[in-house]
Amino acid sequence: MEETKKHVLIVGAGIAGLEAATHLEELGYKVSIIEKQQVTGGHVKNWFKTFPYFDASEAIINFAERSLSKFDVYNETQLTYAERNDNGFKVNTDKNKQFQADAILLTPGFKVFDAHKKEEYGYGIFQHVITNADLEKYFRNGWPERDNKNLRFGFIHCVGSRDAKSGNLYCSKVCCATAVKQAIEVRQHFPDSEVYCFYMDLRMFGKNYEEMFQAAQEKHGINFVRARLSEVNQNFDNTLLIKVEDTLTSRPMKLTLDYIVLMSGMEPAENAAQLSQIFGVPTDESGFFAPEKYLVSENNTVSEGVFVAGTATGPKTITETINDARSAALAIHHYLSHSRIPTEHGKE
Amino acid sequence: MIELKGKERIWEKYQKEIPLDRYYYARSCIRQNFWPGSETTFIKILEEELGKTILDEEHHTTCSGIAYHCDVIPQETTMTIVARQFSLMCESGYEHFVPSCITSFGIYTEILETWNEHPEVEEKIKRMLMEATGREFRKPKFLVHPSDVIYALRFDILKKAKYRLVNAKTGEPLKCVEHVGCHYAKMFPDKGVGGAEFPRVLMGMIEAWGGEVVDYPERRTCCGFGFRQYMVQANRGYSIACTKRKFDSMEPYKPDLIVTNCPGCPFFLDRWQYVIAEMEGKVYTEDGYGIPVLTYEELAGIVLGYNPWELGLQMHQVSVEPLLKKIGFEYDPLDKFKVGNQTILTLPEAPGVLKV
Repeated sequence: MEETKKHVLIVGAGIAGLEAATHLEELGYKVSIIEKQQVTGGHVKNWFKTFPYFDASEAIINFAERSLSKFDVYNETQLTYAERNDNGFKVNTDKNKQFQADAILLTPGFKVFDAHKKEEYGYGIFQHVITNADLEKYFRNGWPERDNKNLRFGFIHCVGSRDAKSGNLYCSKVCCATAVKQAIEVRQHFPDSEVYCFYMDLRMFGKNYEEMFQAAQEKHGINFVRARLSEVNQNFDNTLLIKVEDTLTSRPMKLTLDYIVLMSGMEPAENAAQLSQIFGVPTDESGFFAPEKYLVSENNTVSEGVFVAGTATGPKTITETINDARSAALAIHHYLSHSRIPTEHGKE
Repeated sequence: MIELKGKERIWEKYQKEIPLDRYYYARSCIRQNFWPGSETTFIKILEEELGKTILDEEHHTTCSGIAYHCDVIPQETTMTIVARQFSLMCESGYEHFVPSCITSFGIYTEILETWNEHPEVEEKIKRMLMEATGREFRKPKFLVHPSDVIYALRFDILKKAKYRLVNAKTGEPLKCVEHVGCHYAKMFPDKGVGGAEFPRVLMGMIEAWGGEVVDYPERRTCCGFGFRQYMVQANRGYSIACTKRKFDSMEPYKPDLIVTNCPGCPFFLDRWQYVIAEMEGKVYTEDGYGIPVLTYEELAGIVLGYNPWELGLQMHQVSVEPLLKKIGFEYDPLDKFKVGNQTILTLPEAPGVLKV
């Protein structure tokens, strides 16, 4: 009977929350999701295609939402309060919707690094300095009006990632492959264009990423320059003048380009700190949720009954996020069925 | 297209509290030679136009910044000299330290930040100052550059303005290049009005007084001084190449003037125009006179209608007369080389290419 089902409340209806919800529902739990946005799907809903296979993001969303009708989603709702009681957690929201849950799964995801913070890159000042997120919107919604012949594009890797000045020492992991994917898409969209990628390293760690990178060079003629950007300015004719240091030759370079695409990295979600406080889940020094145990128990937290999944614990690809969500569903299932996950010593 | 809102977003982040009265003024080592009217004009504007109190006394010394940046004295020596300046300020009953020079401003900022981060260094310098001079000091309540003060008072100056940065014939705003000294905010962005990347300090004055700021690609590039670029004679090619790059970059915008807030920048931007003209026959204005380069005090003085020759504008290599004519400034060209009522300066030799 519905009333006897144990209830799992999930915070965040991106692909992690949706995938975990699907599996928890299949395992026989009542599932509710609170989502602050108007729609489900998180950031993936804003993307055009995904790497490395160039699948449409709609396909990923359709997959993640395959069981959407089987659980309750509360859109435009934010969790404001939670307390433990004998039956688990009593939770309230800004819409005054109350929940009694046996377990909590936090999947608030990430926020895109605010490229305005890199003032010298001119985002928000020079019209044709855009971000990777903007570029996905351009591909989805059409390019703004301009003469599209012989455009020169520059992709700037590691914006707000591996950057002590931004306060983010970690690698955002997905931006290298995204840049290569987007560079190929630009060449396909504008066959006359010249495309440059200014990278720190190229971290092509996943299956078929290296092949995509090889194709970018050999098939699509994209120029990869190991360089760091110093500043962006605007020329008299409204083109962009960039100054970079080629870090292989240790020489400064100046280039004139039409578009700069800043590969903004991942940062903890805006509500991560609030959720951390409400549920007593610690964060690491970068603000991502800290699991109970790194490497072996990344979905459990030190707060009993509270679980984490997806990019809330650190940058992840779509594949990793979906796998992590399934893992979290299983961890919750073990918890609610009063069993425990075997430890690294093989004991229960 | 340049989005003003993007700049405003940055300016909001870098607001600076600027005291509006009672300044202890520390003069620059070199400005009185380069731009002899600038510091006296600053004092005159504050005291006579705006009724402020400013102490300009004779006991302070160099901050030793040039020696420090040329690596010829240790940092502790510079710190002890700076501590003595603060001691003089305290002794005079002032709390707001206002160094004329941008390099000094950078030196003071860097030292105060060092002492904040490393209190043990401050204690050591206290001991050293006591041993060397028997003096004690307190840190200033506010450290501001005089360009911060003029920025804060720009609308008060506007109320008394006789001229605007507007072409008197066409009514068009003058196109102004602003060049902010490197040591103003590049080391500590939050110590400058508007930060380091899009500083507001000179832009605010220009806009308040009717001008329009030119944002050209090499705006952030060094003026060409760069200490060792010029101080080491063998490096002077770097210096002029740097300055030339700036002029080449700003030329298409046809600027009417350049305004600066550093001792060295106007010197290099002004004098190298003569050298570039002699070396390459190149002048960066269609009229052949070059782009006038002013300190912000000189600019404020012009806006207030002060006698340009009492402002010391005859000490500029690039003639300022075309600028004065543009804004409709009434002046007597024959007074240019007079001191008082007598002509005591001989007319300088005219350059080969630049018109004067």
